[in-house]
Amino acid sequence: MARSNRPPKLLRNLSAKIAAIPMIATAIVIFVGCTAWTVAHSFTGSRLLPKLNWVGTKQYDRLWDANRWLQSVENIVIYGVCSLIFSLVIGFLLAALLDQKIRFENTFRTIFLYPFALSFIVTGLVWQWVLNPEFGIEKIVQGWGFEGFAFAPLQNQDWVIYGVLIAGLWQGTGFVMCLMLAGLRGIDEDIWKAARVDGIPMWKTYIFIVIPMMKGVLITALVIIAAGIVKVYDLVVAQTGGGPGIASEVPAKYVYDYMFKNQNLGQGFAASTVMLLTVLIILIPWAYLEFGRRKRG
Amino acid sequence: MEMTFARVGWAAGVLSATALCTAAMATELEVTHWWTSGGEAAAVAEFAKAFDAGGDTWVDGAIAGSGGVARPVIVSRILGGDPMGATQLNHGRQAEELVEAGLMLDLTDVAEAEGWRDIVNPVSLLDSCTVDGKIYCVPVNIHSWQWMWLSRKAYEEAGVDVPTNWDEFVAAAPALEEKGIVPLAMGQQAWQTAGAFSVLNVGLGGEELWKKVNVEKDADAAAGPEMARIFEAFGNARSLAAGSTVQDWNQATNMVITGKAGGQIMGDWAQGEFSLAGSKAGVDYECLPGLGIKEVISTGGDAFYFPKQDDAEIEAAQKRMASMMLSREVQVAFNLAKGSLPVRGDIDLSAANDCMKKGLEILAKGNILISGDQVLSADTQGQVEDLMVEFWNDTSITPADAQARYASIIADAD
Repeated sequence: MARSNRPPKLLRNLSAKIAAIPMIATAIVIFVGCTAWTVAHSFTGSRLLPKLNWVGTKQYDRLWDANRWLQSVENIVIYGVCSLIFSLVIGFLLAALLDQKIRFENTFRTIFLYPFALSFIVTGLVWQWVLNPEFGIEKIVQGWGFEGFAFAPLQNQDWVIYGVLIAGLWQGTGFVMCLMLAGLRGIDEDIWKAARVDGIPMWKTYIFIVIPMMKGVLITALVIIAAGIVKVYDLVVAQTGGGPGIASEVPAKYVYDYMFKNQNLGQGFAASTVMLLTVLIILIPWAYLEFGRRKRG
Repeated sequence: MEMTFARVGWAAGVLSATALCTAAMATELEVTHWWTSGGEAAAVAEFAKAFDAGGDTWVDGAIAGSGGVARPVIVSRILGGDPMGATQLNHGRQAEELVEAGLMLDLTDVAEAEGWRDIVNPVSLLDSCTVDGKIYCVPVNIHSWQWMWLSRKAYEEAGVDVPTNWDEFVAAAPALEEKGIVPLAMGQQAWQTAGAFSVLNVGLGGEELWKKVNVEKDADAAAGPEMARIFEAFGNARSLAAGSTVQDWNQATNMVITGKAGGQIMGDWAQGEFSLAGSKAGVDYECLPGLGIKEVISTGGDAFYFPKQDDAEIEAAQKRMASMMLSREVQVAFNLAKGSLPVRGDIDLSAANDCMKKGLEILAKGNILISGDQVLSADTQGQVEDLMVEFWNDTSITPADAQARYASIIADAD
């Protein structure tokens, strides 16, 4: 009987739903609408101004023919994989070390987190100077008497992306560490006591018990790091400008340069559509597993 | 309808963070430009002084960075509905679509009243401002890429004569290298390598070849044996510049000023750096127009455009500014400060230095060449720049590979 008195599902929490309408509309127009508009225009020959002169997949053919785009993709893969692995591993190690009830924990935490307060532009410039062979690390180590020491990744085509990676890790790892630390603090003390009673070594406790319990925090960290990887742009602009040559170009910079500098919107839109597709390919299976399962449960 | 939707899309998707419209005062005009180095700022001050003297107010909107940084900002502001009173752009094809979309003020009445067609020399500069018979911009100066700058100090130290053309320059390079001097200074920015390539193209291959490739977009010529020679020379230049790791063009010019490098291929704006450092043409440095082979001036340069605004008073002030920029006195004062050549042939530039006089002579003889900005779209130029800077930094790319890729860019060029 009670069931029939309840309003239909659509009208439940009606006021809350009405309140959410503007936000939903904005999200649909801006995210879905503009995305669709961008994808549509990637099939046109738009130059400085968007026009609907269809050219088929010409922009995509050109994109995958462009050396600079291929180099950009290669760079983002190297940067992405290394950045993901290193920031998770280093972030977790730092958090585990800080979790040993050491003295001055607050001080260390502040020091590690501090780079995160700097913008990528500042980070890029700082590391451009640190890695500059004329007055950076190379010069200092040579000054200590190691005359043959050479370390100038930003001047080397093959190593420049790792120079960018160092700066990116320096900036972002502290934040990952803080997330991990919060996760570690959320583990019940009793679990540690039980592990100790059973005589399980500490590293085993971390790997087989604690880490699987931190799944939520790990996924949060993963999403934040991954978003940072896809949009990496300002760091490269400030640190290397894409050089030497085109050795440190990234996809986001390709999009910007084509849309605004080269006045070729169609090409820029094609590149950004490819970026979006890549993100979706990774995101959709994950979202399906994550949310699809919950519903069934 | 399509236009409206397009512009809404732009505003929402790309420019959501554009600053709010600033309501300009009746005769206050904001002028955006990217002239921020010492000599350039002095030149802009001449414009501002003359404009203020006419009772209006020049609001300076300098955008730091090069044209590559400033242009997107300028274009976004115009498209985003926040137009400035006037803006610098390189005339040519950069503003083509803005003019076609009706976003720029038509200056034809001023131009006809003052007879611009008779006073602007070469008249091709005015042609670049003309779309469908109407004039949309004011050319203010001529900047030529076709120069090479040589350091006397470097050649004296190496004990060889200062070269008088490219071949002598290449022949003298080993003597410089023995003394630890870099023969050719080159910054790492893409536009510098691409510019140097076009200078080699004109100097070594001649104007005809350059025109065939850049104006007629003849891909067969771009892939042909004559261009192959130029790519060989460009590859050779790459090895001559192996020791030059500076980033900005003025740092490279500074290597020439201090004698750390033998020479640099760079446009005539490099002269501003020489005079700022107190170097004298003919005494401390030498200049070779067209690499000493083909004496020619490419007539690129700067122009001012006036974005359309719905206000009769502002429009009147914009037209006053346009006519001020072409006036005799302002042309002299501005170009002497900037180190560029004036766009009028009927003014006295006796205060010019030796290199500027060489340029004026070539101009008077009519040895002029249309500039790359005027014939290639920003898209094609961007592709050429990417290719040239990649080639310059990656020695595993052979000149023949680079030429094949260059030819395919030219084949797709529009």
